[in-house]
Amino acid sequence: MRGAWGQGLRNVGDTTLRIVERIGAVVLFLGQILRHSGTSFRRFSLVIREIYFAGVQSLIIILVSGLFVGMVLGLQGFETLQSYGSSESVGVLVALSLMRELGPVVSALLFASRAGSAITAEIGLMKATEQLSAMEMMAVNPLARVVAPRFWGGVISLPLLAALFTALGIMGGFLVTVIMLKVDSGAFWSQMQAAVDFRHDILNGMIKSLVFGVAVAAIATFEGYEAPPTAEGVSGATTRTVVSSSLAILALDLLLTAFMMKGWN
Amino acid sequence: MIHQVEIRDLNFGYGDQLVLKGIHLTVPKGSLVAIMGLSGCGKTTLLRLMGGQLLARQGSVRVAGQELNHMNEAQLYAMRRQVGMLFQFGALFTDLSVFDNVAFQMREHTRLPESMIRDLTLMKLNAVGLRGVQSLMPAELSGGMARRVAMARATALDPALILYDEPFTGLDPISMGAIGRLIRQLNDALGATSVLVTHDVQESMKIVDYIYFVSDGVIVAQGTPEEIHASALPFVHQFVWGEADGPLPFHYPGPTLKMDFGDERGQA
Repeated sequence: MRGAWGQGLRNVGDTTLRIVERIGAVVLFLGQILRHSGTSFRRFSLVIREIYFAGVQSLIIILVSGLFVGMVLGLQGFETLQSYGSSESVGVLVALSLMRELGPVVSALLFASRAGSAITAEIGLMKATEQLSAMEMMAVNPLARVVAPRFWGGVISLPLLAALFTALGIMGGFLVTVIMLKVDSGAFWSQMQAAVDFRHDILNGMIKSLVFGVAVAAIATFEGYEAPPTAEGVSGATTRTVVSSSLAILALDLLLTAFMMKGWN
Repeated sequence: MIHQVEIRDLNFGYGDQLVLKGIHLTVPKGSLVAIMGLSGCGKTTLLRLMGGQLLARQGSVRVAGQELNHMNEAQLYAMRRQVGMLFQFGALFTDLSVFDNVAFQMREHTRLPESMIRDLTLMKLNAVGLRGVQSLMPAELSGGMARRVAMARATALDPALILYDEPFTGLDPISMGAIGRLIRQLNDALGATSVLVTHDVQESMKIVDYIYFVSDGVIVAQGTPEEIHASALPFVHQFVWGEADGPLPFHYPGPTLKMDFGDERGQA
């Protein structure tokens, strides 16, 4: 019995050590990306290309999801607020929920599954087919030419996608509550305007999505770059990107929200 | 004699396992040298050591008189501008067209105007007979064509040293002959030095100047193609004539047949 407990404890310790080691490796990799980012800014067309692949091509899923999330928020909020006789405040509920939490978090989760996995698979396959080695032999550093533009493409795309997600979400909420459920349009917008604070709500939401962008892009490029050069290796790396990014987003969200709320008081 | 590549007392391994042991090897300037041996004998590792992708644990690897082991990252990248490498399956960039693949190094390392890059790229493609496929993507090429495009890319900046990793693998006899001829022609036309890692004896014997045989991480034989062809060494004889059995047994060491199929199973 004691042996089983000991073994269990050892397994927990090993797993914790592995996770900490992995986080350390991602942070070191992030440092390397930053060190090799000069090319990305000197030749910004490389980053623009990645913004297209990571950002523009994620637009459909982000916009549609934003619209639906906003609609559901509107419905749920209306239902709850009506019982307190304050259904006009539904605009505030929709806007604050989206700007502070759902916009940054859900768009980051969607971005990790749509673009993060694609970045990992692309870099992993480039490694498996020796394209990264070929680049090294052509005296071109893959960190500067392949990894850094994808990283910055992700970092720049995510806050923009989160802003669009939030905007479409508010439109979804408006459609459901004002057009369908006949909440007063003036009350919907004016209460939202009065309640939303630029620094507390909009800026903090943008900071969150920027931090999530750094985390997702760093994890996605790291997993691709470190993927074993086999089909199984690339597939495992893609899965790890989605799982690790999602957990990182949720953990960072808790951390950032705690810090931001402390700042409000 | 001036050597483009000079390897002395080289030991290299992964973890505790030594892959290359006490390698001495020289490649004279302007020559075409083959390194032959069975799969997994350390040939490709040797090639990667010459390109500075791996660094020797012990011993010296000198390319154009420069010791690779003492170079920092920037110096290694500077050295690689003088080296072209053809990978086993071409390793073309799949998101770039044939033209952009060949022009890649010119755009990265030179400030040539785009019109000149266009002319140079088409000349390189013409040299490998593939000017007509410039707008295709790598996925649209056959194995042999991809290998030839990769050769055009490897020689884009007229390197002093060209490294070929298994250039004949998976090719039909016609493509094999074409690639072999191109390797020789490019070496002579560019005044370069080439190192060819291969286990294709017949094709490489036609084009190379000198051959090193590697087995179990050690150079076991060397000589001109004629000397190798006439060699009485059992390993070389078995390899050159493609005999199934000899000093290198057909069967990988394992339990006896009886252990696996017969009476002794379960008695151990």
